Amino acid sequence: MPNYTIFVPRLLTKRENFAPGHRACIGCGEALAVRLACKAMGQNIIVVNATGCMEIVASQLPYTSWRVPWIHTLFENTAAVASGIEAGLKVMMRKRRIATQEINVVAIAGDGGTADIGLQALSGAMERGHDFLYLCFDNEAYMNTGIQRSSATPFGASTTTSPAGKVSIGQFSWKKDMPAIAAAHNIPYVATACPSYPFDLIEKVKKGLKVKGPAYVHILSVCPTGWRCATELTIKIGRLAVETGIFPLYEVENGRYKMSLKPDKLRPVNEYMKLQRRFRHLSEKTIKQIGQRVGEEYGKLLEKVA
Amino acid sequence: MAQRLGMEVSVALGEAVKLADADVIAAYPITPQTHIVEHLAELVADGELDAEYIPVESEHSAMSACLGAAASGARTFTASAGQGLELMHEVLYVASSMRLPIVMAVANRALSAPLSVWGDHSDAMAVRDTGWIQLFTENGQEVVDQVLCAFRIAEDRRVLLPVMVHLDGFHLSHVIEPITLPEQTQVEQFLGTNQYPLPLHPDKPVAMGDFGPPFIYTETKWAQEVNLRKSKEVVLECWQEFGRTFKRHYQPVEGYHSEDARVLLLTMGSFSETAMAAIDRMRQNGQEVGLIRLRLWRPFPFSEFRRAVKNAELLIVLDRAISFGGPGGPVCSEIRSALYNQEKRPKIVGFVGGLGGRDITVDGFEQIITRGIEIGQTGSEQEFEIFGVRE
Repeated sequence: MPNYTIFVPRLLTKRENFAPGHRACIGCGEALAVRLACKAMGQNIIVVNATGCMEIVASQLPYTSWRVPWIHTLFENTAAVASGIEAGLKVMMRKRRIATQEINVVAIAGDGGTADIGLQALSGAMERGHDFLYLCFDNEAYMNTGIQRSSATPFGASTTTSPAGKVSIGQFSWKKDMPAIAAAHNIPYVATACPSYPFDLIEKVKKGLKVKGPAYVHILSVCPTGWRCATELTIKIGRLAVETGIFPLYEVENGRYKMSLKPDKLRPVNEYMKLQRRFRHLSEKTIKQIGQRVGEEYGKLLEKVA
Repeated sequence: MAQRLGMEVSVALGEAVKLADADVIAAYPITPQTHIVEHLAELVADGELDAEYIPVESEHSAMSACLGAAASGARTFTASAGQGLELMHEVLYVASSMRLPIVMAVANRALSAPLSVWGDHSDAMAVRDTGWIQLFTENGQEVVDQVLCAFRIAEDRRVLLPVMVHLDGFHLSHVIEPITLPEQTQVEQFLGTNQYPLPLHPDKPVAMGDFGPPFIYTETKWAQEVNLRKSKEVVLECWQEFGRTFKRHYQPVEGYHSEDARVLLLTMGSFSETAMAAIDRMRQNGQEVGLIRLRLWRPFPFSEFRRAVKNAELLIVLDRAISFGGPGGPVCSEIRSALYNQEKRPKIVGFVGGLGGRDITVDGFEQIITRGIEIGQTGSEQEFEIFGVRE
């Protein structure tokens, strides 16, 4: 879209429920994603925040960037805390202790808090069918503690606990497919999004809020600090993740898969990887192998859509 | 009129939660707590209790769901034991630090390994410093009464702290006792509704659980400590009011033939009643022995405790947990430190016993007291003795 950056802000609410002044790094894709999600969610929400970057940058006593009710307790229990809030509101409305109104419970966590340490609590909450929206802001490693690998770190990425070395390729395993795990719980709504596609992200967050029952939106959040890329390339790298097929944008509504964006032809993965120093040690051969695997996974996804 | 009926203590406990009209119950099964959450599930399934029953996937999530429910302003209950309580461990600190009035019953159980589903106080002692108000109970009636009091204490605006009600696994949780359940209307009057001052709600956004850098962390912890200590006044006030309403009276430290006793035994939980039988027998034989039971464990009732033991020459403390490699059982070591600076204080002898469900009979208590008196006279090279162990 020409003049995209001029028009986008005018099409959105000016109100910032995730207020500026927080301590996120320059070029943080996650802070942008949270800000956009907040624009989509409005005021009638309660945010449950896992320990992680977004919690640390925006909630140092005595300040907060949150202009909506917000709670942080621990790292791995976000979905369980959300379950308790949802249940509490439901029963108090039923017993007429508080006025009946729509209040959406939104859990937010990073990839570590979702795919690793918080997976059990999330699985439990999705299985029990609580009416809540879970947003995973995936920056593909434990960035808050200093770029340690998680199960969401892509194959070959060098992190501080999966460093590339003379006998190591870096991350040794393939990125855990969290959206597929969420979809396997047969919940009404699962989607992937990226702040490089702001309207798509906003629509998906809105949809996720609207459905009755659990909704899961997995948001790729470019992290210049951890991915070792230029801070001004956040949006571009997010787009390349989608255009190369590494992070396809899709929805799973009541079990039906739908592509949100389907490029005519996938770009070579190297276009995405060469901008990030976490991949710079990889040989052409390895990058080719990664490209092949990306193509295969993308093909499997298209089959599900069909 | 409230009727006195024979019922299993776990069932009676569930009935107490129903009388309190709890809003949210998070439950994960663990022996010997299961009958409590099973009975609550039945009450909810039959529509007798209008509550959200969250069958969570772990104890960690049980306590986490309780955090959320309590933060939303709901009256919140859960129950656990042993390993379950340990799995909750980090969440327990958050509950007290964030001033969330959760009530939890703990059917005290030993800790693995080896696996033991049977009772002792290892689980309770492991969560001693989590900042919860903690009460120990002796019998079924007391369990019912203390669960009701726990809601009132926890939700009191001056307190706003979580409360643990400890009952011995199996020895108390699974026995059938005559219990009087109070009338619903009386309980409603006694408890009122939960009025959590700053619940999570869009009408008045609050931020809960921000992170605290070094410049403020100490102040938050001190505020918490001051608050927990001050909660004793509210606990005492609650028990007075409970006594007026329901005619059953509770004290933080209770004595049994303790006033004129030269030798005192100190116990916690259901073993106290067996110990009383031993005291009776020894008194009949002319021995000046008495019993002290600690009901309020946190905040520790220093003044009441010191008063209760001031005339004794010897204090024998029975722990049902080991502080490995330490100065003795955890209770005994606290008792020593509570008395160390007193000008007049009894000699203290520590025993550990009743681990992993092993019973201590009336004879057993008599042996403990007799041996305690012996050690009091001759001294011992050991920090404590373990009762009834096969070596």
